[in-house]
Amino acid sequence: MKTRKLTIPYIIWMLVFTMIPIVMIGITAFTDKSGNFSLANFQSAFHYSGVFTKSLLIALISTAICLVVAYPLAYMMTRMKKSTQNTVIMLIMIPMWMNFLLRIYAWVILLQKNGPIDSALSMLGIHGTYIGNTAAVIAGMVYEYLPFMVLPIYTVMSKIDNGLIEAAQDLGSNNAAVFGKVVFPLSIPGIISGITMVFVPSASTFLVSQYLGGTDDIMIGDVIDKIFWTDQNTGSAISLVMMVFIFIFLVIMNLFGDEEAIA
Amino acid sequence: MKKILSLILSSVLCASCAACFAGCGSDSGSKTENKGEVNVYNWDEYISDGENDLKNVIEEFEEETGIKVNYTTYSTNEELYNKLKNSNDSYDVVVPSDYMISKLIREKMLLELNFDNIPNYKYINKRFKNLSCDPDGKYTVCYNWGVTAMVYDKTKVKTKPTSWDALWDKNLKGDILMINNSRDAMAIAMQTLGIDPSKCTKADIDKASKKLKEQKPLLKKYVMDQVFNDMEGGQAAIAPYYAGDIAMMMEENSNLDYALPSDGSNLFYDGFCIPTCSKNKENAEAFINFMHKPEIAAENCKYLRYGCPNDEAVKLLPDDIKNSELSFPSDKYLDKCYVFSDVDDDVYAYMQDQFVKIQAD
Repeated sequence: MKTRKLTIPYIIWMLVFTMIPIVMIGITAFTDKSGNFSLANFQSAFHYSGVFTKSLLIALISTAICLVVAYPLAYMMTRMKKSTQNTVIMLIMIPMWMNFLLRIYAWVILLQKNGPIDSALSMLGIHGTYIGNTAAVIAGMVYEYLPFMVLPIYTVMSKIDNGLIEAAQDLGSNNAAVFGKVVFPLSIPGIISGITMVFVPSASTFLVSQYLGGTDDIMIGDVIDKIFWTDQNTGSAISLVMMVFIFIFLVIMNLFGDEEAIA
Repeated sequence: MKKILSLILSSVLCASCAACFAGCGSDSGSKTENKGEVNVYNWDEYISDGENDLKNVIEEFEEETGIKVNYTTYSTNEELYNKLKNSNDSYDVVVPSDYMISKLIREKMLLELNFDNIPNYKYINKRFKNLSCDPDGKYTVCYNWGVTAMVYDKTKVKTKPTSWDALWDKNLKGDILMINNSRDAMAIAMQTLGIDPSKCTKADIDKASKKLKEQKPLLKKYVMDQVFNDMEGGQAAIAPYYAGDIAMMMEENSNLDYALPSDGSNLFYDGFCIPTCSKNKENAEAFINFMHKPEIAAENCKYLRYGCPNDEAVKLLPDDIKNSELSFPSDKYLDKCYVFSDVDDDVYAYMQDQFVKIQAD
């Protein structure tokens, strides 16, 4: 009874700031401007399926790169001295203390024509443009969301009982087998929450592509932002479709996670 | 022990901070007598705030009148509209643009001003009284005006452009920036097609959309605020933007110059209005009046570089601003300009929709 009382503030919070807005988006998505039931919004939303697919693709690529970069880092961190671990965590966290937009602006300056990267490569005789394309958007997103991948994986891995690893070694496993049979399976919950925490915000992000991308790199978040100026109904419909997709993604992720954990 | 110590230390720190805030609060309360407050809701960076050795006009107002200003900002007219329409917040002074003023008047969301409380209205130039969005001049006092112009990099564009067609120049492929705002982008496209944007129909929007689609492969990017970084940093050759902002970019990079399309451009203005949710109407009028004291209006103009409708204030400006064709185009030029005032809601929604589609396809 006591514990239930303690959750009341959160339940109120969730009701007011999560449930009610979602219901309102649902209602707006299924009505037209005068408030009558209508499916026309989804028809207009369908026009943006190209942007939609591209956004999901960009988010997937960014998530994959984050995972590839973050996993070895998190593994190595757990092998370090405790004090070194804290320093590394600090270094990962520090950029997050700065505003999101400022960090993206820093990337603009980094990648732009005659910026540091361009000047350095020009001296080596390599000329090119590094901003205004999809790769720049992905780079910005990986930079933006990498800490959200590293930290959950690190947290889960650092909780793995050293006794299990030693037991595996005693039973004759080499390093690769210890990793494959003990460390990796036990780290899967961390991977899953990492993927969730990177994929979900990056699929719906906006502004990153406006700053780092070119004319073809508009993402679904930007579309929703712009549509909402004059047409809340279609904007809500796109948001709703987006939510459904993300929900399906999460369900699949969780299924996958459970199976692996059992195996 | 260490934990307890740090807990005590941090709580002392918090307490002292709180005490300071409380102290500061009561201090300012006693200094000026309490004349109430005024809630001002203005565009981002749209008032002289004490930077560049100019006056902080809000502080000046508070000192002179004893009225406390609660200052908040927005970045689009639509944001302002949604706030007024859908929130319970009360605002006393808002600064919508021409088309939004028409819409707010139409939807009966503005209060009539009492001009007895705004004696400085007499300084406003005739051209900026009784604006087309408020023909009887009952609801608005013009704050700033300006035209849309082009900013270009002299090292990349050799001859000064004379029309918007420069934004479709194939030789500048990949170096052109386009304004990321459906109204302005569509208006530019319509002008190149000889359509009067102030009377546009959906068919005209379709034509303009086609024109903008042709432009898309030539563009580097669609931009709003990023135009400053890109033009000042020499990242692009040419971009359309608002005259006052172009003047600022030119100060940062001497390679930049401006160009006005010879057949006229979009004349826009923002006006002070009092929305119906206002609770301090007299204070709002005092604020509007103060903003048009010639020396205050001149400070704002020096900071913003937009056109100032206040004749007395213009006299106080330094010659280089006063005589700039960019900030103060001649009357002859202004006569050629059009005001993109009110279009029907559904025409505007269509315009926005088409513009998003151009970018999404």
